[in-house]
Amino acid sequence: MTVALSIVVDGIAYGMILFMISVGLSVTMGLMRIVNLAHGGFAMLGGACAHVLTMRYGVPFVPALAASVIAVIVIAIPLERLVYRHIYRFSELEQVLATIGIVFVMIATVNLFLGSTLLPIRMPPEVSIPINLGFKVLPLHRLIVIVVGLLMVTGLYLLVERTRFGIFLRAAVDNQNTAASLGIDTPKVYLAAFALGAGLAAVGGILGAELLPIEAYYPLRYMVLFLIVVTVGGMGSIVGSFIAALGLGILDTAGRYLLPDVGTIFFFLAIIALLALRPNGLLVRPS
Amino acid sequence: MILISTIDIVRTSLGGTGKLLPVAILIICAFAAFWLFPYDLGFLTQMLIMMVFVVSFDLILGYAGVATLGHAAMYGCGAYAAGLFAIHASPDPLLGLAVGAVIGALIAFFSGLLLMRAHGLSLLMLSIAITMVLQEIASKARDVTGGADGLSGISMTPILGVFEFDFIGKTAFWYAFSVLFIILVVLRVLVASPFGLALRGIKDSPSRMRAIGTPVYWRKVTAYVIGGTIAGIAGALSAQITSLVSVEAFNFALSADVMVMLILGGAGRLYGALIGTLVFMTVRHVAASIDPFNWLFVIGFMLLAVVFFLPDGLISLPRRVAGMIGARK
Amino acid sequence: MTSGLRIRNLSKNFGGLQVARNITLDIPTGARAALIGPNGAGKTTFANLIIGALQPSSGSIHLDGKDISQLAEAARVRAGIAKTFQITNLFKDLSVRDNIRLPILEREHRTFRFLERHDGDAAIEAEVEELLADFRLLPLANRLVRSLAYGQQRLVELALTLSLKPRILILDEPAAGVPSSDSHLIVDAIKRLPTDLSVLIIEHDMKLVFEVASRIIVLVNGAVLVEGTPEEISRDLRVRELYLGAGHG
Ligand SMILES: Nc1ncnc2c1ncn2[C@@H]1O[C@H](COP(=O)(O)OP(=O)(O)OP(=O)(O)O)[C@@H](O)[C@H]1O
Ligand SMILES: [Mg+2]
Repeated sequence: MTVALSIVVDGIAYGMILFMISVGLSVTMGLMRIVNLAHGGFAMLGGACAHVLTMRYGVPFVPALAASVIAVIVIAIPLERLVYRHIYRFSELEQVLATIGIVFVMIATVNLFLGSTLLPIRMPPEVSIPINLGFKVLPLHRLIVIVVGLLMVTGLYLLVERTRFGIFLRAAVDNQNTAASLGIDTPKVYLAAFALGAGLAAVGGILGAELLPIEAYYPLRYMVLFLIVVTVGGMGSIVGSFIAALGLGILDTAGRYLLPDVGTIFFFLAIIALLALRPNGLLVRPS
Repeated sequence: MILISTIDIVRTSLGGTGKLLPVAILIICAFAAFWLFPYDLGFLTQMLIMMVFVVSFDLILGYAGVATLGHAAMYGCGAYAAGLFAIHASPDPLLGLAVGAVIGALIAFFSGLLLMRAHGLSLLMLSIAITMVLQEIASKARDVTGGADGLSGISMTPILGVFEFDFIGKTAFWYAFSVLFIILVVLRVLVASPFGLALRGIKDSPSRMRAIGTPVYWRKVTAYVIGGTIAGIAGALSAQITSLVSVEAFNFALSADVMVMLILGGAGRLYGALIGTLVFMTVRHVAASIDPFNWLFVIGFMLLAVVFFLPDGLISLPRRVAGMIGARK
Repeated sequence: MTSGLRIRNLSKNFGGLQVARNITLDIPTGARAALIGPNGAGKTTFANLIIGALQPSSGSIHLDGKDISQLAEAARVRAGIAKTFQITNLFKDLSVRDNIRLPILEREHRTFRFLERHDGDAAIEAEVEELLADFRLLPLANRLVRSLAYGQQRLVELALTLSLKPRILILDEPAAGVPSSDSHLIVDAIKRLPTDLSVLIIEHDMKLVFEVASRIIVLVNGAVLVEGTPEEISRDLRVRELYLGAGHG
């Protein structure tokens, strides 16, 4: 029983990280119909930035987090304007190749300045305080991750359901041409969604660095994982991504706990089964 | 009798001298490379093996239009099959190639039954996931595959009982070249056949293919099996020539590289696959020997440049340049 | 046993939207029928249901007495049904000639052959050339379809479908987008079709409908409003109202 609860709690913490990093990818992939393999790169850039700030300049964690997220958004905006805008028109295959190209350039850039070793982020010592949940002792960090993840999904939900931006976004997701004919400035909506997604990825990358350590090859190493979350969740679906991220987090954790030898096989077989049955994501029935 | 009619078919399929030109160039290039770079035969042989692999992917992506990121599945299985066959059954190279081909075909058939129903992102993810499962199995089944240490101790008897594998790699080079050559001839015949035309039809419009009565799914499975067979042969070649198989044969990076090489050279043309492999591997070889990390800058920008400015690949470059000069006038 | 198509109680829903309602219809061998109706009436959907590109929610389709409702699209095509697409759907990166050749190879069950050349069969090549000539496509034969004007592509669309030599032919607005100077090519082609072939033509152009059809079916909101000879239909008040009201004249 305690094992089961442990798996669930660890799996949820892990899933929250996956959710934070992947949700922006899901929205951009659903909205702009673009296969963006470079999305994990924003998580890495956020992490690398936080590494430099906390380790080299001794900036405290929270301001470093804020500064890094802003820095990533500042990088994402011209990237969208200059490069991604053209990639939207490409065929799926060309999108795959162009964004792999971007991944390579991101890796090489981080490597050029920071090398290929792990890039740890200094967190305040309080985050490792053990918290006793009764059935399990958990570092405070995990709880923070879970809380931030919950805040994020709530915030996104409200943003999409309750604000003008959300209405524009949904209109643009449903039908680009109609949205444009209603006078919605779709390129601006795209830019905002892209920047938001990059910012969220940066938050996830930094908070999740304990579980998915930051290093130059990060975007390539975890690319498949993030894409799987999006594919299983269904492109463009925030709720789908949330369920998929938590489900896959728990599944992966369970695999590691219970079947340490064949956990990965079990994980990927489950993915194969899911995708075979629901090719358009968990929440969408195959037509 | 059968042999003669096959030769006839091949001859008519290859057509006039114009179509023999690339074949002649290929042979001349092989001899030139052999004489010019005697100390790089190992690298050249790797390149030939990779060409076999990339050309097999061209049938699937370039002709049938099926984009996967898991082509290493068949390559890896072919490599392990040939390696294990050499160790436990027979060290004959050609038998080993046949075993690699059969295993490649089987893996492609069973995974193809699932994959060829999927599209787009699901297809990419499924093909990655299947390769990951195979890689995990190979790394966990230590007793059979040697796990993370790889499978070693593969030795080969002379090809056809005559050509012994030598220390410098001359035999290996010509062995790999012969295999590539035969596969190119077979694929040339295949893509000019009604089946080849149907694959191009499927790439253009699957819905129209259904409306003319084609069981699109089974055609795609067939193409995938043929591509998988050749990928299995490429894997087997690599196992036999390097005498080693490691779990890296299933790497995602390998599947991605294959796609990159194909698009770089130009998909759907067979020779584009050769040019892409040649350029990619040469640039990597040179750039990596200067600075292994900046290689990623080179390949990253190269990819972006091709996708943005040369979507039909390097093979279209002469025509594009000619077009630009023509347009100026 | 009835020969031709027998459609019984065919219905199709897209989610909450019912686009085919209990359609019951016979298209006997040799028929020249037209399906007309306002935009969004469900005509294209009906064609897709017959050929199997869409699966019906309920109802049955029989071809020459044999139930084909469960067959996949490719199998129905092989059984002799063919249709043109309302929005041209061609092999854009193949030449015009290959666009005609490919369906003939498919019809002759040759696309599973690996070792012969696709242009190696004299009889098939002759047939390809004849079709190209019929549609005045010979000068364009080596061009990629992608480079043709839309009107020319419409001709290829019809030639391609006819090359299947179907027994039941469904034409979804074959003349839409064809310049009027070429539309006689389409009318001629339809008139030349063998008499044992059944044709169902979906068309907004009443002149063309009256020229080729001996029966007209009017579809409104997914249901058959009325069915009859051209004279009956042109006298029918509901149809007149519908067409004058919908502004089709
Ligand atoms: N795949 C689909 N999913 C949901 N609704 C659809 C789908 N295909 C068609 N529809 C809807 O079904 C209705 C009938 O469409 P259909 O294309 O069959 O009409 P039509 O009679 O051919 O019209 P037109 O004269 O414009 O060609 C329309 O309201 C259309 O929006
Ligand atoms: Mg229609």
